[in-house]
Amino acid sequence: MSSAAGDSGSGRGIPGTDAAFSALLEDSAEDLYESAPCGYLSTLMDGTIAKINATLLGWLGLSRDEVVGRMSFSDLLTVGGRLYHETHFAPLLRMQGHLGGIALEMRTAAGPRLPVLVTSTVKTTEAGEPLLIRTTVFDATDRRAYEKELLRARRAADEARRQAEADRARLREALAVLQQSLLPAVLPDIPGMETASHYHIASDVQLGGDFYDLFPLDDDRFAFFLGDVCGKGPQAAALTSLTRYTLRAAALHDPDPAAGLSVLNTVLLDRYTGDDPRYCTAVAGVLERAGDTTHVHLASGGHPPALVLRGDGRVDHLSTRGGMLIGALPAAQFVSVRTALHPGDTLLLYTDGLTEARVGDSRELYGDEALESFAADLAPASARRVIDALTALLHGFGDGLGDDTALLALGLPARTATGSETPE
Amino acid sequence: MSILRRNNVRVTGRASGRTVVLAHGFGCDQNMWRLVEPVLAENFRVVLFDYVGAGRSDLSAWEEERYSRLDGYARDVVEVCEALDLRDAVLVGHSVSAMVGVLARAAAPERIGSLVMVCPSPCYIDEDGYRGGFSAQDIDELLESLESNYLGWSATMAPVIMGNPDRPELGEELTNSFCATDPDIARVFARTTFLSDSRSDLGAVTVPTLILECAQDAIAPPEVGAYVHSAIPGSRLVTLDATGHCPQLSAPEATASAISAFVSDLT
Repeated sequence: MSSAAGDSGSGRGIPGTDAAFSALLEDSAEDLYESAPCGYLSTLMDGTIAKINATLLGWLGLSRDEVVGRMSFSDLLTVGGRLYHETHFAPLLRMQGHLGGIALEMRTAAGPRLPVLVTSTVKTTEAGEPLLIRTTVFDATDRRAYEKELLRARRAADEARRQAEADRARLREALAVLQQSLLPAVLPDIPGMETASHYHIASDVQLGGDFYDLFPLDDDRFAFFLGDVCGKGPQAAALTSLTRYTLRAAALHDPDPAAGLSVLNTVLLDRYTGDDPRYCTAVAGVLERAGDTTHVHLASGGHPPALVLRGDGRVDHLSTRGGMLIGALPAAQFVSVRTALHPGDTLLLYTDGLTEARVGDSRELYGDEALESFAADLAPASARRVIDALTALLHGFGDGLGDDTALLALGLPARTATGSETPE
Repeated sequence: MSILRRNNVRVTGRASGRTVVLAHGFGCDQNMWRLVEPVLAENFRVVLFDYVGAGRSDLSAWEEERYSRLDGYARDVVEVCEALDLRDAVLVGHSVSAMVGVLARAAAPERIGSLVMVCPSPCYIDEDGYRGGFSAQDIDELLESLESNYLGWSATMAPVIMGNPDRPELGEELTNSFCATDPDIARVFARTTFLSDSRSDLGAVTVPTLILECAQDAIAPPEVGAYVHSAIPGSRLVTLDATGHCPQLSAPEATASAISAFVSDLT
């Protein structure tokens, strides 16, 4: 750099430089203006064209006499371009004194339109008064064709996105309707009993795989079940549907809950054969009223134990250990258990979405023990209060709650006459 | 969000003077008035605002359905008048806002007492026996021009600017920000403006009305000014010695003094 600095001004001694200089002398400012590879024009502030170069005249197919003093800049534009000029270009130029790279179309004498990119600058007097507008015009035929392609692609992408969003909304709506069909719309009224439920679906574009139901068998008896089929999505929904209606029909035929689970086991093995085994876990039971007491007979196949929040604050867990997965093996065994609910007692059924939620920084499983101690803190509590507390707990899990969760609580209200009402 | 914030309302001028509301047209924003505002502010209380969707208004308040009709813009005007509890204000509307003003006055007659129409056109499209100057195809061309020029609009910068009307320096970093408009919003405003037909509304204008036109205006030619003048009983027509569609920029002194003279004459 330092060694070349001495003769950088003259360029003498470098081969070819002399020739370059003489060529430059031939390129007069006037000729540069007239024959520049872009269009030049100057207008008065009202737009009247005062000066225009030969290049632009050539592009437009106009003669200098037709243009200078007779036409204004916006006369050169298409009508739509003129509207744009008046509403955007001219005001911005007035406000900013400069405006660059505006895409417009010019009308040529021969007919075809000439897409151009226009840049304008306002020349002012020393006092700052605007004098005239200088404008350069570039032929943008190829660029505009390319931009039109981009715009077309963008519009197509926008349209596809809108379509996809609409499809997703429709899918969500259809799934919600289908999901509702797999659950009771409302729980039936059971005289002397309070019932409550909650259903959490992990994804709004997937059908949940949990189910529950509660329905009368006769005047004194009600049947219920709650369970979890393997998988998610349409196959799981089909399995849920089959499971729900099988358990309902079986309970009407034979109220023994273990018998109902056996029927379901047979049906699932029969329906899902070969390389597509489908199974579920479920707890099913019957409520039978006898005076102040309600007898519960329930059976479980591979499902987490039901809990009873007693009116005196204790929590029993109804162990059904040994009950096997439903739909996996032909000779599956199911385990029955009996208990009695007294005023103030609440039976809680849940799916493992609750106990397998991930909690805390270490993302540990919430677990059976935590649930039992949560229930112990809560007891005694009405069915509504149990469900409300657990719903709040589920919300608290946030994204740690990765699976669907079904909750069903059946409780006998505490006796009010003795003053031992369940605290709310 | 309050209306004053939503429409980026600015109030200047003499607090004791008559209130003059300046409504910008299609294209840019309240900056269009920057040269006439100081002159008017000497004698009047001046209210400036941006329509929702323009300038530094709250873009989240924009709804396609509302702003696909001139009524929607008129509601902006009325809501701004209500927010400031204006009575008997002078509404100066440029271009399409002249017709928005007609609708706003009809909706809130106690708030707007007189109209100034700057380069108005009640209908841009030619029809049997009426010359608006344009065909439907011309309007399509304009929409194409809009699509080809985003004028400094940047989807990433816009929320920063629009959300901070009190920090104008953010906008200055973007060139052409006076006219920077979300292309989807600009398209709706353009269609609403140029496909509107307010001719039947003009006869109902009974308040003092000043029509300002330019000697040469490619968008609202003299015959359109004459049409508006004859359709509004008792209106005053002033032809400014100016070129183009924006005399408030190209001939600000003449524009401001015509408005001032009209407002000062009001009882």
